[in-house]
Amino acid sequence: MTIHGYRLPAMSSLVLWAVLWEIVGRSGLTFFIPPLSEVLQTLFQIIGTPAFQNALQETVVAFLAGILAAVAIGIPVGILMGKSRLVDEMLLPWVNMFLSAPLTALVPVLMVLFGFGMKSIVITTTLFAIWIIILNSRAGVKQIDRSLVEMARSFGASPLDAFYKVYFWAALPEILGGVRIGVIRGVKGVIIGQLLISVVGFGALFELYSSNFLMSHFWAVLLVLFAMAFALSELLAHLERRVSYYAAKR
Amino acid sequence: MRTPASEIAVTARRISKNYGAVEALRNLSLDFPRGQLTSLLGPSGCGKTTLLKIIAGLLEPTSGEVEVNGKAVTGPGPDRAFVFQDFALLPWANVLRNVAFGLELRGIARSEREAIAEGYIRNVGLAGFEASYPHELSGGMRQRVGLARALSVDAQVLLMDEPFSAVDEQTRRKFQEDLLSLVQREAKTFIFVTHSIEEAVYVSDQIAILLPRPSRVSEIIRPGGFRNKGADQIRRDPEYLDIVDEIWASLRRYVE
Ligand SMILES: Nc1ncnc2c1ncn2[C@@H]1O[C@H](COP(=O)(O)OP(=O)(O)OP(=O)(O)O)[C@@H](O)[C@H]1O
Ligand SMILES: [Mg+2]
Repeated sequence: MTIHGYRLPAMSSLVLWAVLWEIVGRSGLTFFIPPLSEVLQTLFQIIGTPAFQNALQETVVAFLAGILAAVAIGIPVGILMGKSRLVDEMLLPWVNMFLSAPLTALVPVLMVLFGFGMKSIVITTTLFAIWIIILNSRAGVKQIDRSLVEMARSFGASPLDAFYKVYFWAALPEILGGVRIGVIRGVKGVIIGQLLISVVGFGALFELYSSNFLMSHFWAVLLVLFAMAFALSELLAHLERRVSYYAAKR
Repeated sequence: MRTPASEIAVTARRISKNYGAVEALRNLSLDFPRGQLTSLLGPSGCGKTTLLKIIAGLLEPTSGEVEVNGKAVTGPGPDRAFVFQDFALLPWANVLRNVAFGLELRGIARSEREAIAEGYIRNVGLAGFEASYPHELSGGMRQRVGLARALSVDAQVLLMDEPFSAVDEQTRRKFQEDLLSLVQREAKTFIFVTHSIEEAVYVSDQIAILLPRPSRVSEIIRPGGFRNKGADQIRRDPEYLDIVDEIWASLRRYVE
């Protein structure tokens, strides 16, 4: 963004929103929105407490496990769908359905199937993240340059070589794009899982703070969550840009 | 004048190819003499690429067969290398790895294949660009990378699908001259697809003219006398000009 020829640093619009938040908070318009300064103060108070650290750890572990599963299953399945007509026709309708389905409604079913523990939360996270990863990996393989595949074949590439030396790299920008959106959806999944299934982690904190009307506590946790999700997605976007630079079409 | 069988590197015998209802090739037969350059020339869509890919083993003919050195082709093999019209370079790999990629797929150790690749990179005039990526190169340079990759696997037969069509006219002329000396230097059989009559007459020992679908060889022309006159004399040679006119006369009715 530039104003009068001055280049403003990235995300400087956030400052504007922060100021607005502070003003609304101080005006006492609603108890629901305390001033930002108060929220930040609360944040520094609670961030070192065992309750917070514990919640953070529970959330991060569940989140990472869920994302790992989504990536480890989603990428190969997507690549397979992109390469094989048969697999594609069998799976594509389901993937599309789950991608747009209101997954929150499925969470009670998961509870019945997998119990009220960590397992269900991890599966919820995976369920939120995996579909877009599958679809993007599939798209990445589908758009691959036909002549690259023929080139590899003409020089005698084995199917495994073709997979690791051509398909994977050619699809990498799309795959990373899918993982980035999957990660963002996974954040949603892990919080919904913690809220609905067993009240642990950040879900427990939200529950605790909002039911006790501790609004600045509530916002503080939310802020941490946003910051983490944002940092993760920026990191992946950065990776994505680096890769698509090399994979750039002619 | 028939060439003895041992002098034939590649034979296409009664090749037909259908794409669903589209009949691309019908009963096409053609011999490719060893150590020479044969051009496939014909109007767009007549099946030149199809024939080249069948010879490469990338496509299966509906009927008929291709023999390379007397052995029937069942798929791609180390005796043939392909130069692609759109270069087909790995965008995420630098020039050195791209040129060595054919050898990499054949399981040659890294130091050995890179040594070989470096030699061919010099040969095609790209020394100093080993670490560059394809998007940093011009179209002409990219095609040199594709050519070096095909040369470094040392196949006896080089298949080239309109290799010069994506480069500018000056580069193209330079490439044509280079190709002539390449054919003389390397004891390889070249099969060359082109749209350009002038290009075909300039670089070929033998020109096969294909007619539109379903395609057969309608005529084989062997430019003779001016071949050894030196690169810059050819374009002024009366025989060269006559052959160009003759081919145009037989092709023009398909262009209307
Ligand atoms: N995969 C395919 N499916 C269906 N039809 C095809 C396919 N590939 C080629 N054809 C058809 O076969 C015919 C020959 O195609 P081919 O690409 O071999 O022609 P070409 O002589 O190389 O043309 P150009 O000079 O334009 O490159 C064309 O009519 C084309 O439409
Ligand atoms: Mg073609």
